[in-house]
Amino acid sequence: MGNPILEIENLRTSFRIKDNYYAAVDDVSLTVKKNELLAIVGESGCGKSALAFSIMGLHSKANVEGNIYFKGRDIANISPAKLNELRGKEMGMIFQDSLSALNPLMIIGDQIDEIIYIHNNKLAKKDRKEKVIDLLDKVGILHPAFTYNQFPHELSGGMRQRVVIAMAIANEPELLIADEPTTALDVTIQSQILDLLKKLKEDIHAGIILITHDLGVVAEMADRVAVMYAGQIVEIADVYTLFENPLHPYTRSLLNSVPNSNVVQSELHVIEGIVPSLQNLPREGCRFSPRIPWVDSSAHEKNPELHEVNPGHFVRCTCYRNFYFPEKSKGDQHHVVS
Amino acid sequence: MSFLEVKNLKVHFPITGGLLGRTIDHVKAVDGVSFSIEKGKTYGLVGESGSGKTTTGRAIIGLNKITSGNVLFDGQDITNLRRSKMSARRDIQMIFQDPYSTLNPKKRVFDIVAEPLRNYENLSKREEKKRVQELLELVGLSPESIHKYPHEFSGGQRQRIGIARAIALKPKLIIADEPVSALDVSVQAQVLNFMQKIQKELGLTYLFISHDLGIIKHMCDRIGIMYKGRYVEEGTPEDIFTNPQHIYSRRLVAAIPDIDPRKREQQLQFRRTVKEEYEQSYNDYFDDKGLAYQLQPVSDTHLVALPGRG
Repeated sequence: MGNPILEIENLRTSFRIKDNYYAAVDDVSLTVKKNELLAIVGESGCGKSALAFSIMGLHSKANVEGNIYFKGRDIANISPAKLNELRGKEMGMIFQDSLSALNPLMIIGDQIDEIIYIHNNKLAKKDRKEKVIDLLDKVGILHPAFTYNQFPHELSGGMRQRVVIAMAIANEPELLIADEPTTALDVTIQSQILDLLKKLKEDIHAGIILITHDLGVVAEMADRVAVMYAGQIVEIADVYTLFENPLHPYTRSLLNSVPNSNVVQSELHVIEGIVPSLQNLPREGCRFSPRIPWVDSSAHEKNPELHEVNPGHFVRCTCYRNFYFPEKSKGDQHHVVS
Repeated sequence: MSFLEVKNLKVHFPITGGLLGRTIDHVKAVDGVSFSIEKGKTYGLVGESGSGKTTTGRAIIGLNKITSGNVLFDGQDITNLRRSKMSARRDIQMIFQDPYSTLNPKKRVFDIVAEPLRNYENLSKREEKKRVQELLELVGLSPESIHKYPHEFSGGQRQRIGIARAIALKPKLIIADEPVSALDVSVQAQVLNFMQKIQKELGLTYLFISHDLGIIKHMCDRIGIMYKGRYVEEGTPEDIFTNPQHIYSRRLVAAIPDIDPRKREQQLQFRRTVKEEYEQSYNDYFDDKGLAYQLQPVSDTHLVALPGRG
């Protein structure tokens, strides 16, 4: 493991809606070490991607406060030009939708070549081409020299995702952020891409942030897991602790709502209510409290903080101590049409 | 007699080309699929994208033209029947994958849900409104939501509007094509629980199409696995998940991420073994055109596409 590659302190990313700013990422602090895979889980609208985009400095209109240290250097407040030197070189990003992440009018080879050229314009065209073909080979593309000349639309989803990964690792980044890299793919392709990411982690010793909503993927890949809800980290722990001893009500509810292939469940747990929209986020008290109304309100903290319950295991709010699942998910009451 | 019986179903799409736009070849999206569903049960159809599972579902309900083969519904042959001639049409409904693109954004929820009623039933305005409100209540939406537009709802709520529309005519069979794939896990749980609940209450039969094996296992009584337009294996969840016989099914089952991080190494090992086996013996499981063989029974409930044994 070793030193942190990335340290985030009290990050707050706000978006302007009409005349007010609303924080989509609110007071997030975390670290990623070299050779470590940190998974960030949560449902859509929890601020996972907003966090990733903030780290990469990809929000053009958001208000980003707090500190982001990349190898000890604060990158939250540096000029776009300086940031551009880091992005694509020392920091790589894998986007979710590979079709829109690639230029439809450019052949694959040129797109990867461009990334290498921008960060190292001394390399001859011939050498770069060799390097691109090597990269395509590394990410498991069967005929790299042929694919070099293909356009994105000629490739399948899995192949395109491999190309996007090849672009992200082209300059051997020290930090790799993968935003839902397998969500759009079939399970067999997903397992290949995940294996590839595992292999890359060993090969390039990068720190990886894997953003996903799939708990199975987390269980297979992560060293540590951060669970996000409504812009905040509600629980963070190593992967074994998180799956064996989850504490926060949101983590426990999430784990209970997935069909588990090892256990037969007659009914899945349903989390009451919905993820609140940015404008309707409760800004005071425990943000998860509206979704567990049966838990006594005195169980929540006024200003929920992350508590270290065990070394390395943090949980927000004290409500986890009094949390229990209701007898039967109270959910919706349905009637039969007669 | 099964409730729905699909016999040697083939759906081929022509590929046109050349100067005159003549048909030069066919894409065999579905190439000889047979299965049957018992009344009140849930049948799962699994496969990766392009395997033909959606085309199969669409062909049954009449959205794709059937090239050959038969579909029997409740004893009646409904293969390529003209819409107007088919009373069975209202008994089969479909729930689509994407709750964002399947609801007309310009229509109010009332008109969306009332559309099938207007097509098939002659109701007065009052009765119609009452029925729509009942349906919305049934799917857990407030009766006031009839005046809202689809964009005012969350993904899970939209999918429930889609379900309300599908059950408006009290169908007997629902074809659910990846009904929860576009939804978050907690919303997914909500929709799945709800589908199970109305299945019991209304005595529905489901054809559940999905690529998510975890969900299929949770929902289905019987499962068929498709690959390149053909069946490679069919059986009970027990047969498929604990004793997969076809190399493709084994690969698919091995690919499911396990929710227990302690089993990570074991899972990786298992996946590697299956991958090697897959690479070595792929050709043994498919004929010289790369297609799956005919299904052969290996037990009372379990069928596998193995090379002919006489």
